[in-house]
Amino acid sequence: MDRLLYVSMTGAHRVMEAQARNAQNLANVSTTAFKGALDSAAAQKIEGPGMPTRYNVETRDSRPDLSPGALQSTGRVLDVAVQGEGWLVVQDANGDDALTRRGDLQVDANGLLRTGNGNPVLGDAGPIAIPPYKELSLGADGTLSIVPLGQGPQAQAILDRILLVRPDPDTLARGTDGLFRAADGEVPPPDADVRLLTGHLEASNVNMAQSMVEMIELARQFEMQVRMQRTADENADTAAQLMRMG
Amino acid sequence: MRALWIAKTGLDAQQTRMATVSNNLANVNTTGFKRGRAVFEDLVYQNVRQAGGQQSQNTEMPSGLYLGTGARVVATEKMFTQGSLVQTENAFDVAIQGRGFFQILMPDGTQSYTRDGSFQVDSIGQLVTASGYQVQPAINVPVNARSVTIGVDGTVSVQLPGQAAPVQIGILQTADFVNPGGLEPRGENLFVETGASGPALIGTPGINGLGTLVQGMVEGSNVNTVEELVNMIETQRAFELNSRSIRTSDEMLQFVTNNL
Repeated sequence: MDRLLYVSMTGAHRVMEAQARNAQNLANVSTTAFKGALDSAAAQKIEGPGMPTRYNVETRDSRPDLSPGALQSTGRVLDVAVQGEGWLVVQDANGDDALTRRGDLQVDANGLLRTGNGNPVLGDAGPIAIPPYKELSLGADGTLSIVPLGQGPQAQAILDRILLVRPDPDTLARGTDGLFRAADGEVPPPDADVRLLTGHLEASNVNMAQSMVEMIELARQFEMQVRMQRTADENADTAAQLMRMG
Repeated sequence: MRALWIAKTGLDAQQTRMATVSNNLANVNTTGFKRGRAVFEDLVYQNVRQAGGQQSQNTEMPSGLYLGTGARVVATEKMFTQGSLVQTENAFDVAIQGRGFFQILMPDGTQSYTRDGSFQVDSIGQLVTASGYQVQPAINVPVNARSVTIGVDGTVSVQLPGQAAPVQIGILQTADFVNPGGLEPRGENLFVETGASGPALIGTPGINGLGTLVQGMVEGSNVNTVEELVNMIETQRAFELNSRSIRTSDEMLQFVTNNL
């Protein structure tokens, strides 16, 4: 029997994986600074006797779509959005450096500055500790300054500067924790041109309408693959019937 | 099928967000209420194929294959921005202008904190919250007091009949936290201290960064109705999209069972 059945099976399997990726994008339509995953597949030639007609399809790395998400105004001082290209540097669960664009910052009980999902944010001098403050302001270049508790505006003190970097987007890959890292594992040097916008959050960059259309398209593609399997089955059936007659 | 479960996590998360929005809207007139915000995060990714793995002796995978597993609400963060001050002319209504919380003694002896300063006096003259819990430090208002004055620094003084000078009866101290967002809301406008909020730092209003007190006013809810309505629309659409995703996945599976 022809291997058509197996080729279309890989096609259906790939579409299912693509649908999972699309569902992941849709599930994260409200996740702050979420970067959608792009579809990617490759043909794999099956070597063997006979005509070279068999190409299986395989899901490849779902590369992140690094385009910026829409800015949402929140008015909260510690909500920051990176304008244009650029990344915040945070510490991951192992204490290693990783990149993120999510800027819903919080000060925890020990005064440590963290992102909304708990990763400590790094400044020029490592994790940023913020003493009790009366007023906190965040400059466009990431400079954090506070008026300490019990003092007037004249006591304004610069604490640290949030580390902002601009790596080559092509080298970035998403890890299993959703944070980004450069392929060589190095954190690029600080870039003075990266700008922060305070009082705003970057929304997820998933385009709802586009994902919706993609979902429908994938569903139809899937049906087509299943149809092919059906046809393969029917072909085999017809051949078997012929044999029976003879 | 993976897509079904991923879309399910999206539905769950949007539903939690909807509950947060509804709670905010329900409390649009609650004194001293602080609105909540659902904080989303993407769930762990499954490493299907490791990036940089050797494909042959001389070639390696330029990139790996990570499949996501959905989204979740990681926290419902309280936003401690100042609510608008509403004038009531009631002598026992106090609002905090700036940081800080009133300290409340619960019936079981534990401490709670609140921004709701619509106080009253109980049968024995003690200053209590609208729910009847005692305000700390305890303030006893003499029965024959003609008027009560609460200063910006929390000094409570009364005017007694037949006396020209006012008599000071106590100081309304307030408490502050390093991370107010870490406080646990307990209902009845009360918050309790947690490991995330840090210990209460008690002080005199107006000193060391604590907000000043304003008598005759209460702090309204800091819910912005327009913003919540926009949030609600967004949540609804995202919910619909995720349920559509479930239906599509279901139809794909149905197509297989019907056609093979």
